[in-house]
Amino acid sequence: MPKALRMRPVIGHDNRPWWDRIDEGELPIQRCCSCGTLRHPPRPMCWKCQSLESEYINASGKGIVYSYVVVHKPAVPGYEYPLAVGLIELEEGTRIVSNIVGINPEDIEIGMPVEVSIDAVDDEMNLPLFRPASR
Amino acid sequence: MLTSIKNECAIVGIGMTEISKNSGRSELQLAAECVLTAIKDAGLEPKDVDGIAGFTLDHVDEIEVARAVGIPELKFISRMPHGGGQPMGLVQQAVMAISTGVCKTVVGYRAMNGRSGARYSSGVADGAETADKISWGWYTPYGLLTPTGWCAMNTQRYMYEYGATNAGLAEIAVTQRAYANNNPNAIFYGSPITFEDYHNAPYIVEPLRLYDCCIETDGGAAFVVTSAERAKDMPHPPAMIRGAAQGVAFDQEVITSYYRDNITFLPEYDLVAKQCYAQSGLGPDDLDAAIIYDAFTSIVLFQLESFGFCKRGEAHEWVQGGTLGIDGRLPTNTHGGLLSEGYIHGLNGLCEAVRLLRGTSVNQPKKNIENMLVSSGAGMPTSAMIIGKM
Repeated sequence: MPKALRMRPVIGHDNRPWWDRIDEGELPIQRCCSCGTLRHPPRPMCWKCQSLESEYINASGKGIVYSYVVVHKPAVPGYEYPLAVGLIELEEGTRIVSNIVGINPEDIEIGMPVEVSIDAVDDEMNLPLFRPASR
Repeated sequence: MLTSIKNECAIVGIGMTEISKNSGRSELQLAAECVLTAIKDAGLEPKDVDGIAGFTLDHVDEIEVARAVGIPELKFISRMPHGGGQPMGLVQQAVMAISTGVCKTVVGYRAMNGRSGARYSSGVADGAETADKISWGWYTPYGLLTPTGWCAMNTQRYMYEYGATNAGLAEIAVTQRAYANNNPNAIFYGSPITFEDYHNAPYIVEPLRLYDCCIETDGGAAFVVTSAERAKDMPHPPAMIRGAAQGVAFDQEVITSYYRDNITFLPEYDLVAKQCYAQSGLGPDDLDAAIIYDAFTSIVLFQLESFGFCKRGEAHEWVQGGTLGIDGRLPTNTHGGLLSEGYIHGLNGLCEAVRLLRGTSVNQPKKNIENMLVSSGAGMPTSAMIIGKM
């Protein structure tokens, strides 16, 4: 039996540039070229000024745990449980969902500083994962 | 031109199949059975129905229902997206169609083998490139796969900001199980739980434990709406529809609206509350009971706050001490709810609301139920209605 893998994201026009940058080792945030509004998840139009022009900046990768959950059930093949999933608020102000790794889930606290690393979770997929900040 | 939907229409028939873990029959049969029961309950025949409303998630097409039940002509067909968010949206569709003269009588339905067939707890799957599938991709690679997980994120932040513990959630779980204990149609008929049971149960997705989560069941539920004028001649006292609203709020996703400034409340509930109160001319103090969508205990808290029964951040304390019980301020989910009766996407709750107004609930409160709230699913495009006696 081949090892079960994490579910793949469906990739299309609106999110391909974001995932391409992940594969290059950066954590991108979409920015409106017209009004500068940052947005995550990426969308094709700026909700604030309706511009269709956007670009990506590289996030510092630093943030805090804004909220989190610990998944116990159902245990889906491809993931290890208990599984900590965080809602991370980045320094730049946008939020992103990711796993919180390198810490016992019981020790996670809201407000805790975390930092990103882009990790190969298997042979085919890189993900931005967050661990307690080293400082 | 019609300027208000208040009291223009009424729910005059309700119908449900049994609720089970394995219905042993097709979803089409469940749909046909509950639809026919609702039509008969209204004292009508299939030929009297000329409109139909359902869920986009339903596997049973409206034409299959019409063919099976023998509804000869339909002048209005409507399907609402977002599953549990829209059961009361179906009612609003019916009211708008009838009060504008497009049709006369609408039947709404939901039929699902939600336990023996496709289960929501198994999570979302990969698939083609559509906007919603791309949206799931921000969560699925990290293992945030189920409604429990999505909802737990808001719950955790709520508990952090307001110093809430699981005590309020336990109160909801135990109270509703007590209601189900008296309801022969509930999955958990005759099986109450204690607070100790609640706290000893395993986590599903922290901070939500087993009894914070609804059950998965097979079953069908349906309702019939017609004009207030026609409702007068029907066998049961009509449940007058005083208000019915839908709501989508800024930066809306499907349960994962995590990018708003504040994620400890759900603004789509504020939006439907405001509309229901404006349409009906009523406020929270006028509501004698409620059916509050309870896929998870914590979303009951969000709704109690949005509908103004208590202030923001206070519901976890407000519910404690029997507030939602049969003799409490707001008897809520007296059938046992999605937590303990069964999960038919909120239409089983609609049926219970009508029973409470008719005075026929197995958990009928002693006080008069003049007006009540019925709400829909959380974190997604949602809906609600206020109904009352004629």
